[in-house]
Amino acid sequence: MAGHSHYLPKTGFSRWLDQRLPVIRLVNDQFVTFPTPKNLNFWYTFGVILTVMLVLQIVTGIVLAMHYVPTADLAFGSVEQRIMREVNYGWLIRTLHASGASMLFVAVYIHMGRSLYYGSYKAPREILWILGVVLYLLLMATAFFGYTLQWGQMSYWAATVITSLFTAFDQIIPHFGTALSTWVRGDYAVGDATLNRFFSLHYLLPFVIVGVVGLHIWALHVPGNSNPLGIDVKGPQDTVPFHPWYTVKDAFYLTLFLIVFMGFVFYAPNFFSNPDNYIQADPLVTPSEIRPEWYLLPFYAMLRAIPNTLLGVLVLFGAMLTPLFVPWLDTSKVRSCRFRPVMKQLFWVFVATCILLGYVGAHTTDAAWHLGEVDIPLVWLARLGTLYYFAFFWALMPWIGKTEVTRPVPESIAQAVLKKGAVVAKGGEQ
Amino acid sequence: MANPTTPEPTRRDFLYIATGAAATLGVGLAAWPFIDSLNPSTAVLAMASVEADLSAIQPGQQVIFKWRGHPLFVRRRTPKEIAAARAVSPSDLPDGLARNANLTESAPATDANRTIKPEWLVLVGVCTHLGCTPAVSTREAPQGSYGGWLCHCHGSDFDASGRIRKGPAPQNLAVPPYAFIGPTKIRIG
Repeated sequence: MAGHSHYLPKTGFSRWLDQRLPVIRLVNDQFVTFPTPKNLNFWYTFGVILTVMLVLQIVTGIVLAMHYVPTADLAFGSVEQRIMREVNYGWLIRTLHASGASMLFVAVYIHMGRSLYYGSYKAPREILWILGVVLYLLLMATAFFGYTLQWGQMSYWAATVITSLFTAFDQIIPHFGTALSTWVRGDYAVGDATLNRFFSLHYLLPFVIVGVVGLHIWALHVPGNSNPLGIDVKGPQDTVPFHPWYTVKDAFYLTLFLIVFMGFVFYAPNFFSNPDNYIQADPLVTPSEIRPEWYLLPFYAMLRAIPNTLLGVLVLFGAMLTPLFVPWLDTSKVRSCRFRPVMKQLFWVFVATCILLGYVGAHTTDAAWHLGEVDIPLVWLARLGTLYYFAFFWALMPWIGKTEVTRPVPESIAQAVLKKGAVVAKGGEQ
Repeated sequence: MANPTTPEPTRRDFLYIATGAAATLGVGLAAWPFIDSLNPSTAVLAMASVEADLSAIQPGQQVIFKWRGHPLFVRRRTPKEIAAARAVSPSDLPDGLARNANLTESAPATDANRTIKPEWLVLVGVCTHLGCTPAVSTREAPQGSYGGWLCHCHGSDFDASGRIRKGPAPQNLAVPPYAFIGPTKIRIG
């Protein structure tokens, strides 16, 4: 679908440049005339939204780093006092950055869910999907490092719990896990050394992410976009140029997304944060309840659902790495869930399971649902949810893909779009 | 060249492999300073051993010192607490090992194996589950059901010997390496 170039340099300078560095040709071919399926819906606008959010995080982050001090004594004050109160517009830039991280994850989860629903990971887009999962893992690491930098109580103890996960490997090789944890922290406990290296990595990883995003877009532009029907583009009648059709559509939904984002920034700046993080880190006092940021809660619930620490850690890493295998776990020949009645239902159960796991992750382990006389311990819901999470990918996907009776798939995108248009037109006449 | 599909190795092949091996070894050796630079620095190691004066601690009281960035519990136990802790058999405990860095790894979790002097219980104040700091139980503010410590993060309940009795923690609270350098003075680490 990348096809051959239609770019014609018009001026003398652009002809001269085109023969030396065809950068205008690249932009023109990839982002202006790029043939894009006619039928992309709202859910396909999150790629552009994510790109903008990533740029925004980098810009706000670079400015924040100019005022932030990564030492255990001064970090908390440099955020809460200097940036939030003294630096001109520091409160705005900091709130944009902190809420922006959460909004980025909102967009990431929608973007991933869309790929899962429409089967965008299937051949020939496996590498595209895998790069996406790699981006997700990098984002989680970056967000975790960034959360530590505030050096509040929740930052400190989140860093302690996460770096403690490595000690579970003591159960495989005695003392190895503890040594690994000490190596990661640079100290016996989370402290100055840990904060400094997390700051360094938090500054580095976004640029790694930018690089992988470049590969992700490259891998997208070789086969071209998937689409809600999950069928291949057959010819020019199925596509429209990216500009102005999708630049305008993406800009519209980006604006809506930014309105919601600014709603949080200006009216609920603490919506995504934990009150305990307004207390400076204290290595001697643990908050009564520790929990990670909302976007990690489902994994946290899985970790706690397993009584054995090592097994819990393995389940946690397993859950994070499982999506990498999805292109080969799904055996169906049909991509889109629109034509997969069983998979469609399993997908929504999967979404509900992730939300349930997130809910459980936000509550204490001994919490329970009281239904009349019966108490349902949340830890059992977490175990059920964990089971479904793995069963969905490793059992249901391969099995349903082979046995499901799919609905007939349209001949082409153009035909499906025109048929829909005809129905609308006919309805209009009556 | 007896067989054209599997040519005899030449001196050039040997040179390729030798060069590749030397380069790999060199990169590996060069990487080590970077890897090791992330380990605790000499300044951190210098603080790895600290002294604590226990003379001001009253019976039934716990004082928290800081050792290697972790809270260090020093509890002066009452005779009643010691008697209660001694009455428990290690075979009835979730973790039957003493977890005392001053003893062998297989020492059983008797109360005698948890202390050097029965009156003084010295523990690393890090819950063995996920690293939180357990809250001490005192007569004024009891915590948990076993008169020792309760970890509020995930509900691990420890007795007056710092042994896990109920909850998710897999091990007893660790006893750090320490020695008495005076009647009421210890060096930890």
